[in-house]
Amino acid sequence: MTRYVMVADLRRCVGCQTCTAACKEGNNTPPGVQWRRVLDLESGTYPEVRRVFLPTGCQHCDHPPCLEVCPSTATRQRADGIVTIDEDLCIGCGYCLMACPYEARALTAAPAFAFGATPTAAEAARRPVGIGVASKCDFCVGRIDAGRARGLTPGRDPEATPLCVNSCISGALRFGDLDDPHGPVAALLAEHQWFRLHEDQRTGPGFYYLWDAAPP
Amino acid sequence: MTPRTRQRHWDWRAAGNFTAGGAGSGLIVTSALAAQAGAAFRLPLLTGALLIAGGLSLVWLEIGRPWRALNVFFHPATSWMTREGLLALLVLPLALAGAATGAPGLALAAGLAAAGFLFCQAQILRAARGIPAWRQPELVPAILAAGLAEGSGLYLLAAPAGRVWLLLALAAGLVRAGAWWRYQQALAGAPGAGASRAAFGGLSGRLAWAAQAFSLGLLALALASAPAALGAAGGVLAALAGAGLKTLLITRAGFTRAVVLPAFPVRGGGGHAHLGR
Repeated sequence: MTRYVMVADLRRCVGCQTCTAACKEGNNTPPGVQWRRVLDLESGTYPEVRRVFLPTGCQHCDHPPCLEVCPSTATRQRADGIVTIDEDLCIGCGYCLMACPYEARALTAAPAFAFGATPTAAEAARRPVGIGVASKCDFCVGRIDAGRARGLTPGRDPEATPLCVNSCISGALRFGDLDDPHGPVAALLAEHQWFRLHEDQRTGPGFYYLWDAAPP
Repeated sequence: MTPRTRQRHWDWRAAGNFTAGGAGSGLIVTSALAAQAGAAFRLPLLTGALLIAGGLSLVWLEIGRPWRALNVFFHPATSWMTREGLLALLVLPLALAGAATGAPGLALAAGLAAAGFLFCQAQILRAARGIPAWRQPELVPAILAAGLAEGSGLYLLAAPAGRVWLLLALAAGLVRAGAWWRYQQALAGAPGAGASRAAFGGLSGRLAWAAQAFSLGLLALALASAPAALGAAGGVLAALAGAGLKTLLITRAGFTRAVVLPAFPVRGGGGHAHLGR
């Protein structure tokens, strides 16, 4: 079996948002829509304050609440764990946005471009995000499938790896097959302490956060 | 922790579906009971169907791709929205046929389907895991009771002098008040529901509660042999109070789930073991 997951090393992320920019560039998302976000979180009170940058987005859950509620079956889950949206089926009801505990989905009501009412040449050259339908991170599923068809390994070969991972300047973002015991993702999770968001919701997120080395 | 944000995608149109659909299904359930008791039921049955259809039309205006609306029926296995749509397909023809023919059996069937429709509406909110205030289990009985209180209240327009129906509306109103009070108590104990509670505690929320209390008073007065019009006024006020509560619930109290980190990293200590390609 194959289960693709993302790993974010919170000790390495510097909050540069390069992953966000790479995702926007590659997926041509309109202004205000970020499939790969980096949250800037603070806690504590002065002088005991802490700050952390948290890359987030669709968690590609084992049990996606969005899939459960979707009335049109536009939201689907592949055998490799990647949750996708069929833009041709989605009716844009927004129910999946209400069901996602991670605020990972967006619904664009009208066409919008980076600089005014008309698309730039770069925007016009690429396929736009669907209007009036839900959208979200799909782990760059097109790159993964195309890469695999060429015999490449997602997470190891950049051509078969999500754009955000390729662009990460600090090596904080990693991607790969959780079920590959020799892959980088499985090894990272075995050797470090990790958590996932909203575990209480029992969604089984496919997005792991490393926060410290495992205790000796 | 990230700030909780108010959901912006379901607006007054979605609230209109929960309001009109809830009141309409409650009215059809009451009409079904009236049909079995030999009381007037044809016009209320028709009105209930129109309310449900009106609510669904509002949703149709809200969705991003209205011409694909039939796709809503594709996922009955798990989606409460699909189930709501399918039950609407059952309720509307049954209610219209019941109103046209005056057959109590059709009214009863419409009433059963309408009860299912109302249950689906409650479960739609319950399944919204991204909005903690809607996830509260106590909201399900609150939505059910609200639909019955609004529907039985509106029925008094058709039979303002019927003591049985006054009693039903009063009882349903009391149950609704209790169910919503219980829901508010549950919100008070729920982590991170402060903003949602505040939405109900504002002026609009207090007005809705006052309307609810006033409607109960009017219904009680009408029951104590006061003019029949008082009962009808109390019933309409009960429906308006429900509309206010549901509009607040959908448009003002729907805050997202904040991100809470269970652990903070030791910065700069990132592992190096497997990061090379």
